[in-house]
Amino acid sequence: MDQPAGYLHWGFILISWPNLILIGLMVALFALALVLPFPGHSSSPEKEKKL
Amino acid sequence: MKSRVGDESTGSWTAAARRQLERRLPWENLLPDRQPFYVGSWVYVFGVVTIAALVWVVLSGVVLAAFGPQWWHLSSVGRFFNSLHFWSVQVFFVFMVLHLWGQYFMASWREGRAPTWMIGVVTFAISIVAAFTGYLSQQNFDAQYIAMNAKDAVNSTGVGGFFNVLNFGQMYGLHVMLLPIAIIALVFLHIIQVRMKGVVPPIGHEARPVVAGDLRKK
Repeated sequence: MDQPAGYLHWGFILISWPNLILIGLMVALFALALVLPFPGHSSSPEKEKKL
Repeated sequence: MKSRVGDESTGSWTAAARRQLERRLPWENLLPDRQPFYVGSWVYVFGVVTIAALVWVVLSGVVLAAFGPQWWHLSSVGRFFNSLHFWSVQVFFVFMVLHLWGQYFMASWREGRAPTWMIGVVTFAISIVAAFTGYLSQQNFDAQYIAMNAKDAVNSTGVGGFFNVLNFGQMYGLHVMLLPIAIIALVFLHIIQVRMKGVVPPIGHEARPVVAGDLRKK
């Protein structure tokens, strides 16, 4: 933890690995939020009405 | 004496304010027990998690402010609260950005919600300043390093005459008092605006599908 972070240097892109990993996790979490079903919720208002 | 409650003709500003509030923010909008169908998505949870993280940021910050830097650096309980404050800030920012992405791709400024969006933008900007002043308020070498490196950048913007990153008292005062008050007030206003206009429907659902308990079923 007391060491400087490693960096990805690709062309003009320079970003630390911890930041890049965090951004990757955020994108993955965002994608999961779009596709994962919400608990106790049907896929359409018509189906919900029938419950 | 005749009651004036409900008298539409009165010129009183309190009556006018009351009528405005009753019209724009009825109780069923302020404290709803049902939400429209499309709110059943994890994307709508990001904002709530951001608020939950803000609560932890404020609570842990109050404890840190009460006991001071020696305590949060040298005692185990102090270091725990220091970490709690730090990591709740990380959660706050991560989920605020996820909330921003969700609302951006939903174009959530639609249908008269531009003020809600703008308040969110300003809150985000002030939160960044609050985080920066937090790094300067740690009372360790890291804070000194950040302050020494930041002073030239801040001075180059022209605000250095007022915003002096080397002035610990100013940075700490901004961090524990003025900026939190601004953020909490803006978040409160943001929530009120969401309650007034309702949660933005996904693109393509402008017709607002009606289900039992739909807020706008009137």
